[in-house]
Amino acid sequence: MMPELGKYATEVLSAYAVSLLLLAVLVLWTLRRGRAARATLEAAERETGRHD
Amino acid sequence: MSIWSYANPVKFLTLSARVQPVLWVLSLAFVATGLIWGFFGTPEDYRQGATVKIIYLHVPAALMAINAWFMMLVASLIWLIRRHHVSALAAKAAAPVGVVMTVIALLTGAIWGQPMWGTWWAWDPRLTSFLILFLFYLGYIALWEAVEDPDTAADLTSVLCLVGSVFAVLSRYAVQFWNQGLHQGTSVPVATGGRSVDDVFFYPLVLCMIGFGLLFIALVFYRTGTEIRLRRAAALRARAGRAA
Amino acid sequence: MRALLIRDLTLALRAGGGFGLGLAFFLIVTVLVPFSVGPQAELLQVIAPGVLWLGALLACLLSLDRLLALDFEDGTLDLLVTAPLPLEAALSVKALAHWLTTGLPLVLAAPVLGVLLNLAPPGYLWLVASLALGTPALSVIGCFGAALTVAIKRGGLLLSLLVLPLYVPTLIFGAEVARRGAGGQEVTTPLLMLAGITCAVIALMPFASAAVLRMGLR
Repeated sequence: MMPELGKYATEVLSAYAVSLLLLAVLVLWTLRRGRAARATLEAAERETGRHD
Repeated sequence: MSIWSYANPVKFLTLSARVQPVLWVLSLAFVATGLIWGFFGTPEDYRQGATVKIIYLHVPAALMAINAWFMMLVASLIWLIRRHHVSALAAKAAAPVGVVMTVIALLTGAIWGQPMWGTWWAWDPRLTSFLILFLFYLGYIALWEAVEDPDTAADLTSVLCLVGSVFAVLSRYAVQFWNQGLHQGTSVPVATGGRSVDDVFFYPLVLCMIGFGLLFIALVFYRTGTEIRLRRAAALRARAGRAA
Repeated sequence: MRALLIRDLTLALRAGGGFGLGLAFFLIVTVLVPFSVGPQAELLQVIAPGVLWLGALLACLLSLDRLLALDFEDGTLDLLVTAPLPLEAALSVKALAHWLTTGLPLVLAAPVLGVLLNLAPPGYLWLVASLALGTPALSVIGCFGAALTVAIKRGGLLLSLLVLPLYVPTLIFGAEVARRGAGGQEVTTPLLMLAGITCAVIALMPFASAAVLRMGLR
C-alpha cells in the first residue's frame, strides 16, 4: 500500500504532514469563528429584538 | 439581475449558503483525489526521487498565495469604487487564507530544497519574493486589526493593498535583478501553453490546483459570511445602545 | 507652501524636535556592527555599503512617526486637510522637510561612517550618490506609512511593519549601486532604476498619502 519513498521518506512525509496540518488548522479555525459569529449575531438579535 | 445584486449582504448570504456545500465537497474531492493520486500513483522522478511528490502541495499553494492577493486587490478596487461592504469584507476574509498558502509554499519549498539544493533557504528571487509577499500579508492584516472604525479600516487597507501590489511587483523585478536564481522555471507556463512537467505528474497536479482554488473560494465565502454576521451584530448593538 | 516648509524645518531643528536623533542612531548602528561581526578589516570592507544603507534606512524609519503625529495631536493636520493648499502638496512639503532634516544629514554623514567601516576608496562617491538619490524615496514612502497610521493609537510598530516591505526595491537598488561602486563595477543600471523609483514615488505617492490621510481623519 505505502509507496516506496526511498531515502527521501522523511522529507516527503513531513511536507505532507506540515501542509495538511496547516490547512486543517485554517479550516477548523474558520469554522470555529463562523460558529462564534452566528452565536454573537443571534444573541444581538435577541437582545435588541430585531429579526429582519 | 446583475452581479452587483450580490453586493447586498442578505442576498450574498443566501447565495453563499446555496453554493457552499457544493464548493466544499468539490474542493475536498479534488484535493483528496489529486493528493492521493500524486502520493500513491505517480512514479519517482529520475533526478528528484520521491521528493517530486511535494510538488502537489507546493505549486497549488504558491499559486493560491498569489491569486489570493490578486483577489484582494480586485475586491479592494470594488470597495473603493463602488463602496460595497461585502467586497471589503471579502478582501479581509481572504487575507489569512493567503497567509497560510504562502506559509505552506515556503515550508514545502524549504523541505524540498534541503535534499535537492542542499539548503533550506537560498536568497533566490522566487523565494525572496514570496517572503516579501508574506510581509505584505502581515502588514495588511495588522492594519485591519489596528483600525477601530470598520469603514475607515476598509478604506485604509484597500489603499495599502493597491500600493502594496505595485511595490510587490516592483520588488519582484528588483529581486530578480539582485540575484539570479536556483529555482526552476514555472511548472505550468500558461502564457506559452507549454509545460515543463511530465504528463504523469501533470494530471494530479492540475487536480490539486483546481482543488486548492475551490478550497480558497469556499473558505472566502464562509469567512465573508462570518465577517458580515459580526458586523451586523456590532451594528445592532450600537443601534440599541444609542436608542437606550 | 514655503511657510509650511519653514515651519516644519524650525520645529524639527528646535530642541526636542528630534533633529539629530536619526543621525545619532545611524552613528550607533554603524559602531555596533564591528562589535557584532568582528573587527576584521576585509570583512567590514565587504559589508560596509550594505550596512551603511541599512543604517540610513532604519534611521529614516525611526523618525517617521514624528512626521505627522505631532501635527495630528495639536490639530494642525485637520487645518491642513481643510486648507486651500492641496493636501497632496502639503504632504510633499512635509516629506521634503523630513528629508532635509533626516535624509540629507544621513547622506552627509555616510562618508565619515564609511571610514569607520573601512569602505573601499572608489565606494565613497557612489555611496553618497546612491543615498542622495534614494533617501528622498524613503521619506516620501514613509510619509504614506505615517498617513496610514496617524489616527491609530500606538501606531509606531505598525508603521514599521507597513513601511519596511515598501522600502525593499529602494534598498535593493540603492545598496546595489553602493556595492558595485565600492567594487569598481558598472553602476549605471541600478543607478537608473533607483532614480526611476525615486522619481515615480515622488510623483505618485503624495496622492496615495493624501487619500489615506483624508480617509483616516474623516
